[in-house]
Amino acid sequence: MPKLTIDGMEIEVEAGTSVLQACEQLGIEVPRFCYHERLSVAANCRMCLVEMERSPKPIASCSMPCADGMVIRTNTEQAQRARKGVMELILINHPLDCPICDQGGECDLQDQAIAYGFDRGRYAEEKRSVPDKEFGPLINAEMTRCIHCTRCIRFCEEIAGVSVLGAVGRGTHTEVTTYIDSAISSELSGNLADVCPVGALTNKPYRFKARPWELRKTETIDVLDAVGSNIRVDARGGEVLRVLPRLNEDVNEEWISDKTRFACDGLKRQRLDRPYVRREGKLQPVSWSEALETIAVRLKGVAGRRIAGLAGDLVDAEAMVALKDLLHALGSPNLDCRQDGARYDCGVRAGYLFNTTISGIEQADAILLIGTNPRLEAPIINARIHKRYREGGLKIGLIGQQSQLNYPYEHLGGGVDPLNAVSAGKHAFADILKSSHHPMLVLGAGVLTRDDGAAIQAIAREVAVATGMVRPGWNGFNVLQLAAARVGGLDLGFLPQPGGLDTRGILEGAKAGDIEAIYLLGADEIDPSRFGAAFVIYQGHHGDRGAHRADVVLPGAAYTEKNGTYVNTEGRVQRGRMAVFPVGEAREDWKILRALSERLGVPLPYDTLGQVRDRLIAVNPLFAATGGVETAPWELFGQRGEASEEPFQPYVDNFYMTDPISRASLTMAKCIDAFVPSREGKTGTHG
Amino acid sequence: MLRDEDRIFTNLYGFESPGLKAAQGRGDWVGAKEFLLKGRDWVVAEIKDSALRGRGGAGFSTGLKWSFMPKKSDGGPVYLVVNADEGEPGTCKDRDILRHDPHKLVEGILYASFAIGATAAYVYVRGEFIREIQRLQIAVDEAYAAGLIGKNACGAGYDLDVYVHTGAGAYICGEETALIESLEGKKGQPRSKPPFPAQAGLYSRPTTVNNVETIAVVPTILRRGAAWFSGIGRPKNVGTKLFCISGHVNNPCNVEEAMGIPLRELIEKHAGGVRGGWDNLLAVIPGGSSTPVIPRSVCDTVVMDYDGLSEVKTALGTAGVIVMDKSTDIVRAIARLARFYAHESCGQCTPCREGTPWMARMMDRMVEGKARVEEIDLLFDISKQIEGRTICALGDAAAWPIQGLIRHFRPELERRIAAARQSAAA
Repeated sequence: MPKLTIDGMEIEVEAGTSVLQACEQLGIEVPRFCYHERLSVAANCRMCLVEMERSPKPIASCSMPCADGMVIRTNTEQAQRARKGVMELILINHPLDCPICDQGGECDLQDQAIAYGFDRGRYAEEKRSVPDKEFGPLINAEMTRCIHCTRCIRFCEEIAGVSVLGAVGRGTHTEVTTYIDSAISSELSGNLADVCPVGALTNKPYRFKARPWELRKTETIDVLDAVGSNIRVDARGGEVLRVLPRLNEDVNEEWISDKTRFACDGLKRQRLDRPYVRREGKLQPVSWSEALETIAVRLKGVAGRRIAGLAGDLVDAEAMVALKDLLHALGSPNLDCRQDGARYDCGVRAGYLFNTTISGIEQADAILLIGTNPRLEAPIINARIHKRYREGGLKIGLIGQQSQLNYPYEHLGGGVDPLNAVSAGKHAFADILKSSHHPMLVLGAGVLTRDDGAAIQAIAREVAVATGMVRPGWNGFNVLQLAAARVGGLDLGFLPQPGGLDTRGILEGAKAGDIEAIYLLGADEIDPSRFGAAFVIYQGHHGDRGAHRADVVLPGAAYTEKNGTYVNTEGRVQRGRMAVFPVGEAREDWKILRALSERLGVPLPYDTLGQVRDRLIAVNPLFAATGGVETAPWELFGQRGEASEEPFQPYVDNFYMTDPISRASLTMAKCIDAFVPSREGKTGTHG
Repeated sequence: MLRDEDRIFTNLYGFESPGLKAAQGRGDWVGAKEFLLKGRDWVVAEIKDSALRGRGGAGFSTGLKWSFMPKKSDGGPVYLVVNADEGEPGTCKDRDILRHDPHKLVEGILYASFAIGATAAYVYVRGEFIREIQRLQIAVDEAYAAGLIGKNACGAGYDLDVYVHTGAGAYICGEETALIESLEGKKGQPRSKPPFPAQAGLYSRPTTVNNVETIAVVPTILRRGAAWFSGIGRPKNVGTKLFCISGHVNNPCNVEEAMGIPLRELIEKHAGGVRGGWDNLLAVIPGGSSTPVIPRSVCDTVVMDYDGLSEVKTALGTAGVIVMDKSTDIVRAIARLARFYAHESCGQCTPCREGTPWMARMMDRMVEGKARVEEIDLLFDISKQIEGRTICALGDAAAWPIQGLIRHFRPELERRIAAARQSAAA
C-alpha cells in the first residue's frame, strides 16, 4: 500500500492505483480527455500532467502508478502552464463550431477550455480539416472535431469487442476511421457518442434536435430487453428526444444497447392516442366512456372461464396485478404472461431467473450457452461476458445454432444430445465445468418456447447440479429472459390459475370457440388469426399486431409515460418513472383497468399508485425491495420428459426490431438496412 | 587523438571482408567461451566498470540498464532488442557497423543477451538498409554454423537465438518502445512509461533495448578490460565513439575517435576541415538533427562528449556532426528539420501531433521573414510547450533545433522580418 503526498495531503492507496485516481480519491480535480475509468490507459492527451518531486518533467498522472514517498503537486505554476499549453495545442486544430455542434453544453473540451485554457488563440496558420465520414445510421462523425484521444477505438476493442475503429495516418494527418466508410457494426455503438469527449462522434438521430439545457431529464428503466438497463430519458415538452445510460455497476455499468438508446423515435409513431371500437369491421374512434361501455355490454353474462387475459413483453407489474385481480373478480382462471407460448415450470423462482446476476458473470470461469445468442438477446449481458473473457481464463461452450459472438467458444452441438451428454458427464466440456471454480450456464428463453421447453429446463437443471454449478454463495443456473415484463409477471403469478388455460390453451380455446373474450395487455407477438372469433380487447400504446385485430382498443402508456415497476432477468425489482405524459387520451395502464373494473361492476380495491404498489407487495413481498437482487432458493423444478432432437434455434434474429416500440422506429429500420443481412437477395430496383 | 591500437572498429571502412574468418582474424570472437563461463554478473560488472554510456543518443549507463533486468528467471522469455533503426538525420554509424563489421555486433549480442539473461535477441534494422540486412543475416548465419550462437553457444551451455527483423522506415520506430510495438507487429507508436521495457517490454516481457554501437563495443571492452575503455576520454565521458561528419567539410566521413575530442580537431583532422577554412564556419549541429545548433563561436572550443556539449546547451546525441558553412541559409536548414519532425510525428499525443506542424509552418514563414518579431517569442514558447510533455522524446527532438536557432540566430530572424517588411513597403 503506497503512501504518497498530493498537494500537501497524505494518502495511502492500493497498489496499482494511478496518481490521477489517487487525486480523485482526495477530491482533487485533474483535467483529462483520453482517460476513461473503464478503458485502458492511453496517456495521449497529456491534459492530466501534474508535477512530481524529483522529476524534471511534468508527469501524466493517468498512467503513473502511485509509489511510496511520491510527492505530487497538481496546482503549481508548472502544472498549470503545462495544462494551458496542452489545451492550446488541442484547440488549434479544433474547429470552434460550438454553436452548431451537438456536444455544445455537455462538452468536456468546452468545460475544460474554460477552466484551464487561454482566453485567446495564438494560432494563425491554416487549420486541419477532415473529409466527412459515414459511420452508419446511429453515429454521426464530424472528425474535424476529433482530438485523437482514442477513447472510441479503445471502447470498440475493449467493451464492444469489435475491431471496427482505428487510427490511420500519422502525425497531424492521423484520422480515426472505420475501414473505408463502413458503418460501425456493434449493438453497443451508441455508447461511442458518450465516450467521445468532444463533438466528433454524436448521436445521429438526435442531431440538431436540442440543447442539453432545454431537456427535462428523468431517471428511469429501459424495457426493450430483460436487462433493465438504467437510463435517463431526456425530453422536451411531450417529446422524448434521447435516451442515455445511467450508472449502475450491477446492471449496465455505464453502457446501453443501441435499441435502448435509439428506438425512442418509435415512441412518436404508430401511437394509440384515443380509444377505438370496431364497428362494421372498422376501428372507429370513440370516447373512453363508449369504449368501456362497449366492453361492459359485451362481457355481460359471459362466464368467467370463457374470458382470458394475456400480458405482453413491455408491461409494468402494476398493470399486470390490476389485470390479474380483474380477471379473478370476473372468475376467469385463464391468464398467462408468456405470450410466446412457453410451457415450463415457473413454480420455482430460481428456475426462471438469471441467478448468477449480471455482475456475477465477472467471477465465472466457464460458461455454457444453451440456445442463446446473448449478443442479440441482451447486448449488455454479452458485454459482461466479453469483459470477463478479456481478463483471460474463461472457457465458453455453446449448444445451439452457431452465431457470431465476439469471443471464441467451443461449439458442442446443435440440440438436446450434447446437453444430455454434458449432463451425464460424457462430454469433455462437462469436465471443464466440473473443474471450474465458478461454472455457469445460460439457457436462452427461446428454447423454453419449444414444445419440450419444460423437459429442456429439467435437463439444464441436471447439468447445473451434475457439474457443481449450484453451491453456497454461487448459483450458475441462468435463464436469459427476453422481455422486461416477464419476470415481473411470473413473480406476480400471472399464470393459469387452477383449472385455467395457458397461452396455447387460450388460443386453442379461442379457435374452438370456448374462449369468448380475450384481454390483450400489450400482447403483440401473437399471430392475429389464432384468436378465432373471440372478442379481443387490446390495451397498449402502439398500433401494432394486437391493436389491428382488436375489437376494442384502449390506449395505454409507453414505458416513458408511466410510473411502473419492472423486474429484470436477474430478479431485480426496479422502478421506472414518468418522463412525459401519455399521448392524447392515453392513460396509465393500471388506471384504465381500474376504470374498466368499475364499469364491469367489480371495482378494484385501489385508487392510487401507492395502493397498487401495496397490492403488489401483498401478492409478492419481493416487490417491497427495489434495486437489489434477492437470491432465489434452489429447489426442484422442471419436468423430465421427451425432448426433441430438433436443434436449438435463436429466438432473436433481428436485434433491431423485437417489440412494438422498436418496430415503429425509423432509426431501427435504418439499422436493419445497414446491419442486418437481407434474407432474400436485393435486386437492382431496390432503393 | 585516438591511437590506432585503441580502435574498436578496425574494419569500419570495409577494407577487409565482413565475413567470419576475416572478423576472427581481427580478433572477434576470441575468448567468447571464457567470457560466458565467467558468468553474467562478471559481464555486467565489467560493463558497469567501463562506464560505457548508451550510444543511441540518450547516453544512459549501459551496465546500469542491464542491471535493471530480473536477476532470476521466472521461466518465461527475456529479450534483448538491438536498435538498428538508425534514422536520425546526419547519422550513419550503425549502418557502417552492419555492413563492414557485423560480427562485432553479433558477438556483442551474445554477451549482452547473456548478461541480461535473455532467451532471444532481435535486431530491428531499418528497412531501407537492404544490403546491411543481408550482410547482418550472413553474419548471423555464419555464427550459427560455427556454433557461436544458437543452442549451447560457444559450447558454454547458454542458448541464444538471434533474429533479424526489418523495419519499414519510420523515424519514430527508433524510439525504443515504438520499436517494440513495431516488432510486435503493431503500429509504431511509443508506449508511455512506466512500465519501462525492463519490466514489461517486448510481448510484455523484460526487455533491454540497446543501440548497435553500444552492443558492438561490448566484446572489445570485455577483451581489453574495463580499465582500458574507461581510460580513454574524460571522466563520465569515456571510451571511443563513432562520429559521422557531414555537410560543408572537405572530406565527409565516419571516424572512430576518443570521447572528448575538441570539435575543431575532429573536423580538421578527419574531415579535411571546413570548406573554405575554419573562418568560413557558420554553425554545427553536433549530435544529429535533434540536437540544438551551435554557432562558430562555440565551435571554437567545445569538446565532443556528453557533458562538454550539454554545457553549451546542446547534446552529443548520436554524434552525427552536421557542419554548415557561411553559404548556409540557417533558417531554412532548421525549417527543413522542423518539417521533418512534423512529418515523422506519430500523432499519438497532443503536444507533438499539434505542435510540430505549427512550428513547421511558422518556420516556413520565418524563412521568408513573413512574420512579426513577437512571433519569434511565440515560436520559442510553443517549443517549450512541446518539450518534456510528450510520451516520447520526439517532442523534445522537434523542439531543440528551433530553440537552438532562436538562442543563437535571433538577429538573423529579426533581420529577415525587417527586410521582408521593407520590401513589402516598397
